[in-house]
Formats: sequence, structure tokens, C-alpha cells
Amino acid sequence: MTHDDDIVHATRRRFLTDAAALAGSLGLGLSLTVTPARATPETMRAAIKKVVGEASLQKGKVKLDLPPLVENGNVVSVSVSVDSPMTATDHVKAIHIFNEKNPLPDVLGVRLGPRAGRASFSTRIRLADTQTITAIAELSDGTFWSASVEVIVTLAACVEVL
Amino acid sequence: MARALINVPAKAKRGEIIEIKTLIQHEMETGFRVGTNGQVIPRDIITDFICKYNGEEIFRADLHPAISANPFFTFFTVATESGTISFEWSGDNGFAVSETATITVE
Amino acid sequence: MRTGNVAVLVGVVIGATAVAAEIPLSERKSGYDFMGPDTRAMQDDDTTNPGMLWVLDGEALWKRKAGAANKSCADCHGDAGTSMKGVAARYPAFDAGRGRPIDLEQRVNICRADRQQATPLPFEGKELLALTAYIGRQSRGMPIEIGDDERTKPFLEAGRDLFNRRQGQLNLSCAQCHDDNWGQKLAGAPVPQGHATGYPLYRLEWQSLGSLQRRLRNCIVGMRAEPYAFGASEYVDLELYLMWRARGMKVETPAVRP
Repeated sequence: MTHDDDIVHATRRRFLTDAAALAGSLGLGLSLTVTPARATPETMRAAIKKVVGEASLQKGKVKLDLPPLVENGNVVSVSVSVDSPMTATDHVKAIHIFNEKNPLPDVLGVRLGPRAGRASFSTRIRLADTQTITAIAELSDGTFWSASVEVIVTLAACVEVL
Repeated sequence: MARALINVPAKAKRGEIIEIKTLIQHEMETGFRVGTNGQVIPRDIITDFICKYNGEEIFRADLHPAISANPFFTFFTVATESGTISFEWSGDNGFAVSETATITVE
Repeated sequence: MRTGNVAVLVGVVIGATAVAAEIPLSERKSGYDFMGPDTRAMQDDDTTNPGMLWVLDGEALWKRKAGAANKSCADCHGDAGTSMKGVAARYPAFDAGRGRPIDLEQRVNICRADRQQATPLPFEGKELLALTAYIGRQSRGMPIEIGDDERTKPFLEAGRDLFNRRQGQLNLSCAQCHDDNWGQKLAGAPVPQGHATGYPLYRLEWQSLGSLQRRLRNCIVGMRAEPYAFGASEYVDLELYLMWRARGMKVETPAVRP
């Protein structure tokens, strides 16, 4: 984490603590996004190993598109595309997305086949913190390919008390 | 029933690669948030999304809590023949929604 | 330094901070302009804008019969695409019956009570959000037109006062962020000018569609002041001022914002 991240976190943490105190004094409840256990780079590696097994993970073929600076970690647009002819004999079987700082390392698993025409999809995901996202493609020939992107996640300034 | 928004081209040429866009209304409660009573709000998410083209699966997704609320997917398929494209979402607490769209392939 | 000069300098500094400068009309920018390309793309495409889920729900509700009168909105108003065109662009509007401006949510509930003999829809509930999103969508692209006449003047002034008044534990006014410091960053996020052009909108922070009042409550909590109750006249006065402040800008409902 960079120094700027520490400042953002300290500000947010301080605000939440103070807001909770204020909420308490006003007799209101406060809902916090609590992440008691977090994924770590180790749990992410373990989750990846479950998918890849003993095969080697090569870098390349996969293009992972994420905005470098995210406006809100609740909704982050992600696109993954894999360089593949998508024929019956040479296609992408599956694409997995992993993260390293959300509570769980798995984000999404997508099953494809030659009927896709193009090994590409987009979705929107949640990111709890500035972190590295990894996409892994499993090809029909049994090989695994990956790409990673580092994303900076900023937090909203004016939030609400439930 | 939860509202779904599907975008499939009405017409396509045989062999053309078309883009399908899907959006469904669902809060995707992660199971990590703490409510006002101090208790963890239980997980309530969509876990599976399957798209079939005339009965044959063309796209499948396994969703985890990290998928944003109102899950959104766009993906591609080859327009092989006219027919029905079906969409099924299922998840926690018996959540099950199906939608269909027709496509004419020339 | 001579005392006279110091007094003048101090006077100028105090004067500058006490009076918030309104943004010149030509320099106004929608919150859209402060967003990144991904969020803008989310708003621009009706097939991918999550707010459209509520608009579709609203379309269904528009046709659903309700209340003791067993009438739907469509029974009186027909096709919303025609009858509601431009309506959201001129709300809050003066209501002669109540002798004060009301917002769109209140207008819908007045119709429900008086014409449909149905119970009012709860504020921030799914149904009221869906209806106001559907109605707002019919004005998309049209310029906001708030009447500035003798009847609305006192309420507009009350709204302007609220906007400029310092409140809460942080002793901040809306104007200090949104008139004086727009474009700068607050905790990593750009401060927009605060124009209510796209409500109800899908806020990524809420992961849901929400009303302008919900957003105002967020702001007021952010200033560490106590928010008013939903439906309070203070909100409507403030909404009136905000829409007047955004006059001429285009309606974007349902917008997407971080």
C-alpha cells in the first residue's frame, strides 16, 4: 500500500469511527462494511492452484481490461478477452477471475466453447481495496494463460447512515 | 419476479458473431456486511447464470459475492440459426429467473 | 504594515469566505463531466444502465390499476411518452392546493391519494423510485425549466439560504464545496458542482437507484449535521433551488454516478 492509500484509509476509518459515535449519540444504528477475514496473495495463489493444478501458468494471450483508477469499488467494469480462433479444436474452455484483497479470492468463473465465436466478455465486480486482479484462461489443449492488472480503488466521500 | 434487461439483436446473418447483453436486478448481498443489530447480514447472491441457444449452452458463469449488485454480463456467440436464446439465473434462497429472446438468422 | 492596510486585507479575506460565488451559467458542468469513461458508458447505454431496471418496473407500474378507484396512471395520463414529456424537467413545481412547491415524489403520492384512492407510496421504496425514474426518463435530454415567479420566490430563497448556510459539526455549507471548490478532490473523489440533473439515479455507492433526497441526506451526514426526515419541506426548498441552479442543463434521468 502506498502512503496515499494510508491517508485515505485513515481518513475513512476516522470518519467511520466518528460517524459511529455520532450515530450512537443520535440513537441511530450504523452499518459498516466489515471484512473480518481478507483474502491475501497466499489465498489467491491457493485458489488459482485449485483451478490450474500442476499445469504451468503462462503469461500472455489474455487481455484484462480494468480502469487503473476506480471511482467506486462497488461497481468496477471488467473486460477479459483471450486471443483464440475459437474453433472446435482450438478454443478457450474457461476464464477465471481472482483478486487478492476482497474477503474471498474467487470473483467469477466463466465457461465458454467454440459457439462463442469470440473469447471475450464483460462484467462488473466489487473491489474492496487497491489490489491486483488476475484473469486465467484455460484452453482446449490443457494450457493455462494469465494476465494481471493493478487497480487503485478510491472510496466515496459522502456516505450514509442506515 | 426480478426485472431483467436483455439485449439480443433481432436479426443476424448466418455465421455472424453477435453480442448479447444481460442485466438483472439483484442486491447480491455478500454475507460480509454487518446490520444495524450487530448481526452479519446473511449471504444472498445469484450463483449461476446460463445462456442457451436453441437448448445448447453457449455461456455459463459461476458468480461469487464479488460480482456487483444487479449482475451485468456481455458476451458473444455465433448466429448459427433462427430460434430462441434462453437465460437462466439461479442462486441463494431458491432464486430462479428465466427469460428468452428470439433471433432470426438469415 | 500600516493598520489601515491590514484592516482592508482582513476585510477582503473575510468577505471572500463569507459570500459564496455562484457558478456562472456558462461554467456549469454536470456530474457526468467529472466521471471516468467507464461510468459514463454505463449511463449512456440504455441496455447497460442499471437505472433502466427501475424504469422498466416503472413502466409496468404505470399501467397497473391501484386503489379503491381501481385506476392506473395510464387511465388518466395515457401513454407516458407523450403526457409526461417535459414534466420532470419542471419539478419541483408550485402546487396551488398546498400553497407551496412540491417535488415529483409528492406529486405522485397526491395522485395516488386523490385520484386512485390508494395509499401513498413510501419514500425511497422500490415502487416510488420506479415511477419517478420512469417519469423522469420521459424528460431525458430536455432542458431543466424551473419557474421563477412570485409564488415560488420565497421557497427559492429558503432553498438558497439552506445551500449557503453552514451546518453540522464540520460547519460546512453546500456552497463551500459545490460552488467554491468544485473540481478539487475530497478523499480521492472529485467534488462535482452538485447539479441535480439526473435524479433518481443509480449511485455506485448505493448499488441501487435512489432519490435526490437520499443523496442530500448523504451530504448532510457527510457534513456531520442531522438530516431532515424524508419528505421534509426543507428538502423540497433545497431541491427547488438546486433545479433552478441547474436551469437550462439537460435532464439525464436515470443517471449513473459514483
